[in-house]
Amino acid sequence: MNRLNRDTITALVLLLVCGAFFWQTFSIRVVPFSIMGSEVWPRFVLVLMFIMTSIYLFQSVASPPERPEGQPFSLRAWVASYSSALWCFFTFFLFVLILPPLGMLLSGILFVFTTQTIIGRRDPRSLVIHLLVSLVAVGGMWAIFRYGLGVAMPTGTLF
Amino acid sequence: MIFENVISAFGDVLALNTLMLMAMGVACGLIAGSIPGFTITMAVVLTLPFTFGMSPIEGLSTMLGVYVGGLTGGMFASALMGIPGTPSAISTTFDGFPMARNGRPGLALGLGLWSSFFAGILSAMVLVVMAPTLAAIGLEFGPWDYFTLVCFALTIAASLSDGALIKGLIAGIFGMVVAAIGEDAINGAERMTFGIDTWQSGFDFLPVLIGLFAFSQLLSDLRDTEAAKKPMLSGKHAIVRMEHMESIRLNFVHWITVLRASAIGLFIGLLPAAGSSISNILAYDQEKKASKHPEKFGTGIPEGVISSEASNNATAGGALIMMMALGIPGDAVTAVMLGALTIHNIAPSPTFISTQPKLAYAIMIAYFLANFMTLALTSGCLRVFMLVTRVPLYILGVVILAYCAIGVFTLSNVIADIWTLLLFGILGFVMRERGFPLTPMVLGVVLGPVAELNLSRAVATSDDLTLFVTRPWALFFVLMAVFSVFFPLYQKAREKGRRWALYFGPAFMVSVALPLVMMGGWFRIGLGILLLLGGVALAFQRSRQAGTAV
Repeated sequence: MNRLNRDTITALVLLLVCGAFFWQTFSIRVVPFSIMGSEVWPRFVLVLMFIMTSIYLFQSVASPPERPEGQPFSLRAWVASYSSALWCFFTFFLFVLILPPLGMLLSGILFVFTTQTIIGRRDPRSLVIHLLVSLVAVGGMWAIFRYGLGVAMPTGTLF
Repeated sequence: MIFENVISAFGDVLALNTLMLMAMGVACGLIAGSIPGFTITMAVVLTLPFTFGMSPIEGLSTMLGVYVGGLTGGMFASALMGIPGTPSAISTTFDGFPMARNGRPGLALGLGLWSSFFAGILSAMVLVVMAPTLAAIGLEFGPWDYFTLVCFALTIAASLSDGALIKGLIAGIFGMVVAAIGEDAINGAERMTFGIDTWQSGFDFLPVLIGLFAFSQLLSDLRDTEAAKKPMLSGKHAIVRMEHMESIRLNFVHWITVLRASAIGLFIGLLPAAGSSISNILAYDQEKKASKHPEKFGTGIPEGVISSEASNNATAGGALIMMMALGIPGDAVTAVMLGALTIHNIAPSPTFISTQPKLAYAIMIAYFLANFMTLALTSGCLRVFMLVTRVPLYILGVVILAYCAIGVFTLSNVIADIWTLLLFGILGFVMRERGFPLTPMVLGVVLGPVAELNLSRAVATSDDLTLFVTRPWALFFVLMAVFSVFFPLYQKAREKGRRWALYFGPAFMVSVALPLVMMGGWFRIGLGILLLLGGVALAFQRSRQAGTAV
């Protein structure tokens, strides 16, 4: 019987997270004369989380969710079904990475244009629209915050 | 004193810049509400960064505009295309869409608009009367009571999480764990940072909230690549003219429906974390049950549209009552507003109305005004709002992702907050995909520090832990929490016809009667005795129905 379903894996990951955080509570500094130590509350909620996650684990093993009929799990199909989201995460990650050297305006424009082009249409007309949208939207928002609300937006070290 | 505060609040809300900000908020809410897949919470969250530079009154008025506008905007797509613009307008599709297809789209929209308006005004009146009264009760709370109230808020949020009680509870508790990361507010000790420098001061509320709600929602919407490339809505709906006079007449004809749906909406709003996505379905269901012609529901009858739209708008008033009176968010949107208050160094608590009377009255006035503005803007600019829905989702989604980053940065001017946004965006996306509700988690993040503070105060005041169950209010909330945890089990048992489900209601009434009697005072003792007698009578009646003796 296949007991290792997605819920079981999720529960096991959550238990690991619980364990890691609980282990961290032993590094909390003991504050002298405090009525309730700083470690009490995190341990209390982590114990609660451990109990709930254990129930979740038990449920997932005792009555596993029915597997959808069809083809067995394939990594390629999984990546394909999440491709847009994965691309967005990746380009956003790159955007935050290039933010210090390029600044908010330039990296923002690059992020919007690149992501729209990757997950959207790629014909010449669409590319022009993406470029215009990225320039107007990011430039507009940048200008509103920079000049309208007086927020010091990050400027790049390179530009 | 009250009069002076009301006049002063009126002056601030009616200032030209506040009115303009509110009108912009209402317009944004109407647009966001009309876009399928976008939620009102997301719209309010995205408004938050703009409010940092504003005064608390301006900021909250703007957010209220978005909130009320979004509640009404949800009906556009529901009535015209049969696709709910927001979860709060799901049941509007049941009768609004058939009505539009039967050739009366203007009536469907008009009915929705005017019932939203009437319910909003009713709900605002209840807010004005009830919030100060409930706040006065809140002043009776000690730290034990407040701690158990927070526990109840989390359990009810989890139990209303669409059949995912355990996942909801895990999400709520995990939110508390997240809130505990960083410097401890009571003793100043660093906690659970894993040696990461940027975690030392803890996570700011805004990046966590935007990551969980907006970022993850957008990525979930963008998952269907082909659908994301098409316009969100298409079809001939830009030439609709609202039938105002007929809609007003029908709202008066079905005034009982307006009242009943508003009452249901208000009640659901009062429950911590239960929002308009629940109230609209519940009100529609109740209206159908109470109707003399239930078979006509779903064919495009006015009562169906009125019940759905009146209930979802009335929910806002209930949620605001809880937020202002007890400092507990009535739904996800008011959780965001609580966050906005803390950004302005205003601590939400039962003393909020007494310590911040001007702001409290300003919120009430702004809520009134937002309903009028929604009515005016919807009547005048419906076509403009619907134009946004013709933009492909991927274009809008990516622009909003960039806006999320800019908005988050403005909070503290540090890039680390954008990393936090990404982290919680991924976490929220994974949680959504695995069926974990996000509202309990946000409540956990907001209420975790409140619970810890009150637990600490309780322990400091007395080492007698039995006070958590012997003080009347604490016992009341403990019982409510216990029953809310068992509520999903009760629902399943009732569907399966289990006998114990017959006694759930009576047991609840009898149990809740005990703390009410303990509270003293003729009203509460009387209410307690009534509940006790009612519970016993109901138990006898049901046992007779089931053919057994108690």
